[in-house]
Amino acid sequence: MNATNWVTICQHEDLVDNSGVCALIEGKQVALFKIRSANDEKVYALSNWDPLGKANVLYRGLVGSMQSTPIVVSPLHKQRYCMLTGQCIDNDEIKLDVYPVRVKDQCVQLGL
Amino acid sequence: MALATNSTRILVVGNGMVGHHFVDQLVQQSNEQFGNQAFQVTVLSAEPRLAYDRVHLSEYFSGKTAEELSLTTPEYYEELGVAFKTNARVTQIDKQAKIVTIESDEQFGYDKLVMATGSYPFVPPIPGNEQPHCLVYRTIEDLEAISASASESKVGVVVGGGLLGLEAANALKQAGLQTHVVEFAPQLMAVQVDSGGGQLLKNKIQELGVTVHTQKATQRIEKGSSCRYKMCFADGEELETDMILFSAGIRPQDSLARQFDLAIGERGGIVINDQCQTNDADIYAIGECALWNNFIFGLVAPGYAMARAAASHICGGELLFQGADMSTKLKLMGVEVGSIGDAHAKTQGALSFTYEDQVSGVYKKIVVSPEQNKLVGAVLVGDTSDYDTLLQYALNGIDLPEYPESLILPSTGDSKPALGADALPDAATICSCHNVTKADIVAGFDSGACSISDIKSCTKASTGCGGCAALLKSVCDSELEKRGVEVKKDICEHFAYSRQELFHVIKVEKIKTFEALVEKHGQGLGCEICKPAVGSILASVWNDFVLQPDHVSLQDTNDTYLANMQKNGTYSIVPRIAGGEITPDKLIVLGQVAKQYNLYTKITGGQRIDLFGARVDQLPAIWEVLIEAGFETGHAYAKSLRTVKSCVGSTWCRYGVQDSVGQAIDLENRYKGLRSPHKLKFAVSGCTRECAEAQSKDIGVIATENGWNLYVCGNGGMKPRHADLFATDLDTPTLIKYIDRILMFYVRTADRLQRTSVWMENLEGGLAYLQEVVINDSLDLGQELEAQMQHVVDSYQCEWKTAITDQQSKKRFRQFVNSDKTDENIVFVEERQQIRPATETEMQQFQQQQSDKKDKYADSPILVKAV
Repeated sequence: MNATNWVTICQHEDLVDNSGVCALIEGKQVALFKIRSANDEKVYALSNWDPLGKANVLYRGLVGSMQSTPIVVSPLHKQRYCMLTGQCIDNDEIKLDVYPVRVKDQCVQLGL
Repeated sequence: MALATNSTRILVVGNGMVGHHFVDQLVQQSNEQFGNQAFQVTVLSAEPRLAYDRVHLSEYFSGKTAEELSLTTPEYYEELGVAFKTNARVTQIDKQAKIVTIESDEQFGYDKLVMATGSYPFVPPIPGNEQPHCLVYRTIEDLEAISASASESKVGVVVGGGLLGLEAANALKQAGLQTHVVEFAPQLMAVQVDSGGGQLLKNKIQELGVTVHTQKATQRIEKGSSCRYKMCFADGEELETDMILFSAGIRPQDSLARQFDLAIGERGGIVINDQCQTNDADIYAIGECALWNNFIFGLVAPGYAMARAAASHICGGELLFQGADMSTKLKLMGVEVGSIGDAHAKTQGALSFTYEDQVSGVYKKIVVSPEQNKLVGAVLVGDTSDYDTLLQYALNGIDLPEYPESLILPSTGDSKPALGADALPDAATICSCHNVTKADIVAGFDSGACSISDIKSCTKASTGCGGCAALLKSVCDSELEKRGVEVKKDICEHFAYSRQELFHVIKVEKIKTFEALVEKHGQGLGCEICKPAVGSILASVWNDFVLQPDHVSLQDTNDTYLANMQKNGTYSIVPRIAGGEITPDKLIVLGQVAKQYNLYTKITGGQRIDLFGARVDQLPAIWEVLIEAGFETGHAYAKSLRTVKSCVGSTWCRYGVQDSVGQAIDLENRYKGLRSPHKLKFAVSGCTRECAEAQSKDIGVIATENGWNLYVCGNGGMKPRHADLFATDLDTPTLIKYIDRILMFYVRTADRLQRTSVWMENLEGGLAYLQEVVINDSLDLGQELEAQMQHVVDSYQCEWKTAITDQQSKKRFRQFVNSDKTDENIVFVEERQQIRPATETEMQQFQQQQSDKKDKYADSPILVKAV
């Protein structure tokens, strides 16, 4: 198995607590979310394309949780997506691309 | 027994309420029975549109549109896989070959044919009845013709004093005509009401300004002298009128059946059996065209029951149609009328109890069995509050109390022998439109339903005419209580509190952030339900900047970006134009900004200007220009005060009695920025002509000679509600005091996303209670509510002004954190000299064009030609 190629896309300070930003990587729009609770912080990367609303808007969605799964809610029609898998919770047939992501030395890196 | 295969072709002739219900039922029963859509269904409608709600047809005159009355849409039928054709009047039925031909000669084969052709209005054979302005009342087209005729008429006559006739009379009255009802029988509503009730009904309707003529047989319609026509009656009297509406009963639309040899009753109607089959086993008839047991059912509920029976038989089920209860409850011109079972006491040996109160205009009669232990019929005029209880006694054969008259006598201290939900047998029909019994509701709870709305969605109860809503609630409440369910009001999985409780917690514990709240009283990260609600409460209580880091993640996208997201991810911008007053200079700035950024502009319903099509990254620059020119945010994106609409008022208008524009501007400036459970709309009218439509607003103010009348909790939109008159002739300080208190009380006690209209409907004690709290300060809260409002007023800031001066907030408006490029998916097309979002087809075409080019990301907005 090939080693993951980690590409730096932005700085950690560019992320917003419990909210999303968007990055452009090789023509592809990727939504980046930082989930921060009292003692924990995680970053998730998903496709920014809302396949149901048909617009590049997912990074502007509201972030929350269902049971313990982190979710993002489409700002257009409020479908909920699991940030771990990209699965749309309100429509079995819809699944978003998710990307491996990590923070190293204050750099946000995407595994391509 | 009919066996279904997926090639079974079902052809439905007629798409009225019953025809549509049949389609719905067939699809549903097929899915339940076979797990899929087992039929090829085709619907032929002679009317130019698909099914609509004829029961509420008169609402067309009070502003409902044909779309709002519609019961289905082409998209819905497409989704169900149902083919349909409108303007498709059937001309021929070939029963041997099983082929139906329509006017255009197109042919449709069938395996099962369902006739749902309904009825047509009976027009008495009076010489002169075929002239212009002699109309009937059944379809939307009829209503359009009535509207057109009414606009050229001053006097109107309705021939027929039945249920539909009185509704038609109401429509003419609303259209501003001097209205008469002419009835052949000695009384109104002779089918449903006895003579005592009919007399009272006549009095009440005359009081409302409609002249009623009973026992009048029209002989001729001649040319009139003061009006267009003159009606000549058998008794020698005459009546001048400009238009005549015939509503003298219905006749089954059975001409096709006659022509092509189906069995027809002596007085019309297609004869059917309990399965709703005609004498040709592959042809069914349902609704008002069908004759069952020598009876035509002219109400929607029995028609629906026939539709269910026919659908069941086609699916191989065993549901039968075995007659239907014709009891009915309605409100005619504001007069309540109810009729149950044997209203005329025709049952052998039946006895009646009658109660009449001529002072308040109430008539009640119950008809009981000879043994005096069962209720067989009832008539209610002027007050139908006992209807639900009486109907349950009659339908379920419940034993009457010892003194049956106590059921209709006004209660004197001791409460009436109430028939609680528990007293109803399981077989009791709660919703007759959708045939839902108490047992169905209990079963719904058994299989997991937890609320009335769950029950409504799984049984469809109370989603037809809605007449059973109160009964359904009491059955559900009692059922929930029985199960020891404390009705859960938790806002979502993250907080075990209602919005009202959260409000209290935040205020009392002085909690200022979502994080603190969730740590102390909740769990998880929150969600799209609790976060905006908490954001709104924090803003109502503390009024901090909504984009400060603690709050930014709470907001829905529109609040986060301080603009309204449109379908393609761009935003619209609505600057505040208080009271709708704007200077030419400011208008020019709006034009210049729109031109510079190529934005689509439209005037809104709230007297402002909406600029569409701005990319997220353009918002700060656009607002810099707007703020420089003196504009501020219009909060169109927020659950807060939107606009205060005004008419021009006494400054210019010949009729105005107060300065409505000045008042509107002051009110808008006072309450702008107030975060509330839902959006708020105000209006101020300068006189009683009410040009600002204040009575359809959350807060409506209408000028009087002596001050201002205050109206509250009105609504336009999806569910219109006429505002309640709250207080009259107020001076401005009192007006402000009352509005402060009302709004803050609403902010504190309403559910999330509950408009003031719904809040009022659910407020225990209603208007009188709110008046007690606000005017008489019965909760001793007045000072506190006012102080809280004053805090919000004093801490107001224009969010856009703060946003563009704060670098951290401004950063939020980038499309990409790592690039200055813009979203290539935003493509516009020019239409009527402005932009609009490209359609999907246009997008594909555009992307095709772009695929060769190297750099897809342009800096300026992309504009392509329409395909």
